[in-house]
Amino acid sequence: MATATKMRFGIVIFPGSNCETDAWHALNDVMGAPVEYVWHQETDVGKYDCVILPGGFSYGDYLRTGAIARFSPVMNALIDFADKGGLVLGICNGFQILLEAGLLPGAMMRNVGQTFVCQYVDLRVENTNTPFTRAMEQGSILRIPIAHGEGSYYADEQTLEELKHNDQVVLRYCTEHGESTPDANPNGSLENIAGICNRERNVMGLMPHPERCSDPILGSDDGRQVWESLLRGK
Amino acid sequence: MAIEARMWHELGLSDEEYQRILDTIGREPTPTELAMFSVEWSEHCGYPRSRPLLRLFPKTGKYATAGRDGEDAGGIEVAPGLTVLFKMESHNHPSQVEPFQGAATGVGGIIRDIFTMGARPIAVLDPLRFGELDEPLAQYLFRGVVSGIAFYGNCLGVPTVGGELRFEESYKGNCLVNVMALGLVESDKIATSRAVGAGNPVIVVGNSTGRDGIGGASILASHEFGEGEEKRPTVQIGDPFTEKCLIEACLEALASGGVVGLKDMGAAGLTCTTCEMSAFGEHGMDVELQKVPRREPGMEPWEVLMSESQERMLLVAEKEREDEVLAIFRKWGLNAVVVGQVTDDGLLRVRDDGEVVAEVEAKALASPPVYELPTEEPAYYREVQSADLSSFSVPEDMGAVLRDLLSSPNIASAEWVYRQYDHMVQTNTVVAPGPGDAAVLQIKGRREGIGVTTDGNGRYCYLDPYVGAQLVLAEACRNLVCVGADPAGVTDCLNFGNPEKPDRFWQFKRCVEGLADGCRSFQLPVVSGNVSFYNETPDTAVYPTPVLGVVGVLKDVGHHCTSGFKKADDVVVLLGNTDEDLGGTEYLKRTHGVVTGKPPALDLEREKRVQSMCLAAVEQGLATSAHDCSDGGLAVALAECCIWGGVGAHVRLPDEWSHLRIDSRLFGESPSRIIISASSANAAKIEQMAKAEGVPVYVLGEVGGETLTIEVDGEVPISEAVGNLTDIWRDAIPSLMSQ
Repeated sequence: MATATKMRFGIVIFPGSNCETDAWHALNDVMGAPVEYVWHQETDVGKYDCVILPGGFSYGDYLRTGAIARFSPVMNALIDFADKGGLVLGICNGFQILLEAGLLPGAMMRNVGQTFVCQYVDLRVENTNTPFTRAMEQGSILRIPIAHGEGSYYADEQTLEELKHNDQVVLRYCTEHGESTPDANPNGSLENIAGICNRERNVMGLMPHPERCSDPILGSDDGRQVWESLLRGK
Repeated sequence: MAIEARMWHELGLSDEEYQRILDTIGREPTPTELAMFSVEWSEHCGYPRSRPLLRLFPKTGKYATAGRDGEDAGGIEVAPGLTVLFKMESHNHPSQVEPFQGAATGVGGIIRDIFTMGARPIAVLDPLRFGELDEPLAQYLFRGVVSGIAFYGNCLGVPTVGGELRFEESYKGNCLVNVMALGLVESDKIATSRAVGAGNPVIVVGNSTGRDGIGGASILASHEFGEGEEKRPTVQIGDPFTEKCLIEACLEALASGGVVGLKDMGAAGLTCTTCEMSAFGEHGMDVELQKVPRREPGMEPWEVLMSESQERMLLVAEKEREDEVLAIFRKWGLNAVVVGQVTDDGLLRVRDDGEVVAEVEAKALASPPVYELPTEEPAYYREVQSADLSSFSVPEDMGAVLRDLLSSPNIASAEWVYRQYDHMVQTNTVVAPGPGDAAVLQIKGRREGIGVTTDGNGRYCYLDPYVGAQLVLAEACRNLVCVGADPAGVTDCLNFGNPEKPDRFWQFKRCVEGLADGCRSFQLPVVSGNVSFYNETPDTAVYPTPVLGVVGVLKDVGHHCTSGFKKADDVVVLLGNTDEDLGGTEYLKRTHGVVTGKPPALDLEREKRVQSMCLAAVEQGLATSAHDCSDGGLAVALAECCIWGGVGAHVRLPDEWSHLRIDSRLFGESPSRIIISASSANAAKIEQMAKAEGVPVYVLGEVGGETLTIEVDGEVPISEAVGNLTDIWRDAIPSLMSQ
């Protein structure tokens, strides 16, 4: 079993990924954690404890965002890996790919405002009982930026009920006072959902970018709490 | 096929130019050769009309420069061994025709100019100009251009960190879409575009070649827009995903050491790259067109040579490393095909299925004629220079004037735009679009930082091209020192009308002269640039609009500053002085409906002293905020400081200014002025330092409360709730765009 100091990260690169170096910097330079890049043709990710699918425009978002990436060889490896309890974190495009691959339930739609949106948002921590959020305080507010054109999370009624019943909603958009209102929602996602996990809690997807605010010089370092949670080990 | 006059006229060549071709090659050209000359010698590729004047620009300055003459982008050393390369380009005509793709491919093109030199692209800026925003055409173009830039830049993962918005009647029929890109590279790893080494393979990489944009850059950018002309087929289509893969593959290939020379295919595509790489390398090339990957069947040789299909590069590899280099591109899913080889006879030989369709000396092809065009001072110039501004009445309600200025799209919040741009990717953006006078980028692992801004002012340049150009340069530099960056280098994008009209060329000549003298005064090299002529319709020419991109260096990126007031009880200090400067102002245009007068007078020595003082204050951590006065003058600048700070201020204008008109004091656009807020102890230090340096300095008042109150001559012409000003400023553009 991996201990915190030996938790090994892998960051997958698809053609078109563009946030992999940001994630690498946050983990390697800011947090001092061992990280490697994983080319999308890789067929085995067993040597890592946590695999990250970074943001970007894999395959140019052709067809549907994430639709092509999910057929890459690495995704089969990832499904295996997750099955065996490996940790998987999908950020933005990474979240979209996890949805397309069926590792998380639901789908992603175009932002309700029809344009790409890049801005800081406030997020309420709904569930600290996951490896990705265990260092956070339940109900606390994180300031983390988003940058996406298709971040409106959707799930059918039944799926939504299951998500809530099983405590799988991890982060919600909220006001600076912590109220989850339509005004606080930048993309129209269902119930202001910004991040979810699977039932087993070893796979998480979120639209906001914690790797973009892990260093105070960039305006907020609330993103660190995600890495700190992971680095606590199991 | 016999060559007829009709053919060279249709290609945009004059009879004199055709004669020159005959003289150069000593025989009649083949049709393919004729097409090659026509694009390589066009204004957009060859710069025949602007080259003599562009030589006036200084190439050296305070900071060491990098890149070589004739290469795609130059730059400056920002830290020991580290160079930032930068360039600005225009995509005006294509954007007027097809705003989304015109702007998107503009981004693609300028980014290629950066990574072709081995630099990783780190930022984009977009200074944009359209007609008045209450008109449907301007709204359509604006929406399309911004979407296009977002589409391309966001997908590439290059943050768009700054830009400019200007809306003037003058740009109605000719929008100006200028895009600047920056890249970072180790100074000793800057790649070249020279083709050398006989026998080395010549390789086409990237997208396949189609008929897009054939003659586009050359034809669109070398002539005015006529009435009702349908130019849509000549606008190229952008594919940012392929370009992203190209960036990675090219940088990997360059790092492998197997690449001899690399050049991007932009205007005049394959013709330009084969000819210029050969000429620059003092070698030749033998190229087989049928090997070039096509996306359409039945293309003629001249079509393949003139195509402007995007996302293609031409590469010369070391012969022994050919397979290795090709494998890198294929790994990234890109076409990579050997189409020929470098030769040592200096000739560019083009074959199609075995038949030689063109064979010319590369250097001759790459040597367009140079024209010294006549200039003539235009009639309007005397009029505007002698306009009597004292005849304009002073408004009663200054608060109303201020609110109106804040609602002007030239001044209002540009958040509607930059929210659509990923301005954070690459996690280097320390000061993002909006809160600072310039963008600030960190360099990971280094203490130094990069400041960058773009600026232009068509009105000032129209009223006085020489002074106007210098005012633009002064403002760009002033914006940089406000964030704590020392101006280091300039790239220019010169947008003008038809140079064959002497009054337009006069504007061009005077702007270039003003810029050259200004750069020398500021000790700034012009490292790269672009000229866009023929921004004209039968109705009007655009204002002469040189747009500058200026890059500055922060010694310590941790010592940067933004524009908003931050703390109640901080003291508000003004560096600089105010004069009677209403000519060409936003206020004169909005309140009195005219663009006339001399632009504000510029004292370069005072400007430099004010900037130096501000930079010292920010570097020493004395300034809590710094913001320069520009459009809308002092009152607007103070309002902006309050808006960004979410706090009010109470200021009193100096008695020394009481000989000036009250509207000049509030809304005049005297240059060389910076508003600084600081704790009272720091403000005292700043005042002391300023006086010692001979920099005019005034303590205006304090930060605090929820109102902006400006006292003048014992009265209070402005007392506005900051919340209200913020709403007006923030909603101006969104409400126009939601119609």
